[in-house]
Amino acid sequence: MNIILNGEPYELASGTTVSQLVERLGLAGKRLAIEIDREIVPRSAYGKICFRGGERVEIVHAIGGG
Amino acid sequence: MSNKSHSPADAPLVIAGVEYRSRLLVGTGKYRDLEETREATEASGAEIVTVAIRRSNIGQNPDEPSLLEVIPPDRYTILPNTAGCYTAEDAVRTCRLARELLDGHDLVKLEVLGDEKTLFPDVLQTLEAAETLIKEGFKVMVYTNDDLIIAKRFEQMGCVAVMPLAAPIGSGLGIRNPYNILSIVEELEVPVLVDAGVGTASDAAVAMELGCDGVLMNTAIAGAQQPVLMASAMKKAVEAGRQAWLAGRIPRKRFASASSPLSGTFF
Repeated sequence: MNIILNGEPYELASGTTVSQLVERLGLAGKRLAIEIDREIVPRSAYGKICFRGGERVEIVHAIGGG
Repeated sequence: MSNKSHSPADAPLVIAGVEYRSRLLVGTGKYRDLEETREATEASGAEIVTVAIRRSNIGQNPDEPSLLEVIPPDRYTILPNTAGCYTAEDAVRTCRLARELLDGHDLVKLEVLGDEKTLFPDVLQTLEAAETLIKEGFKVMVYTNDDLIIAKRFEQMGCVAVMPLAAPIGSGLGIRNPYNILSIVEELEVPVLVDAGVGTASDAAVAMELGCDGVLMNTAIAGAQQPVLMASAMKKAVEAGRQAWLAGRIPRKRFASASSPLSGTFF
């Protein structure tokens, strides 16, 4: 199945959790925030939420800005 | 941080109940690399540092150092901005993501832009975003026009600081309308900070001499030939301007007034 990750299609096994996705991207332990279909996903829920396909996922971090 | 250069009579800058000794706030954009960002931020003496929220790079080297490793949130107050947002909705979304990213830290710099050429704020969208954010418990420092009536409205809504522009973002044109800034400073109770438009140290000093509570800048430092040196200059300019304002300048007069006594001359 596919999700839209940061604007691009991304292939995932059905039932993958948010934690597993973060791990797979090499972002575990990094300071980031995640939105699924415009709803914030609290860090405490990463292990409990599974993707079903078609979700629009945004993973963001802090960069330089004024 | 050292407090030596401050007059003992000066009060700290208080934003949303938190005291700061530095009245210079800096951005972290446009630097050559993270090391330069770190050095310039350090040299500025700033305690509040703005950051932008953007998509993580998927598939790129995840071991690259990140901004918050060189500007650690346990040492600096991180002020996420909503730069690049042209609607209230995008600005609110950005702030919610920032709060999650920073473990519930709820101080934000709200800016909703209205035009790509001038980067002037869209005040109506900014008002709408501020209302939502304040309802959701955010502490909003708001970037706006140098318009007294709107500045007062933001204060009444509950914004914790009002930050009028001195000139367009990144323009370096300096304080284009000191009388508007002065009116805002005189009428508001919440801190007023000049945000945007400062080009060099004297501009920052002018802002402080008008009675502003602080100055926020990015390009003037990051875009200088030597950013770390300019950061140090800005630190001194903000302190000098603040002290001059506290000291109370002499009135302007059209004609001369001799500094040496006129009595006791032998010629």
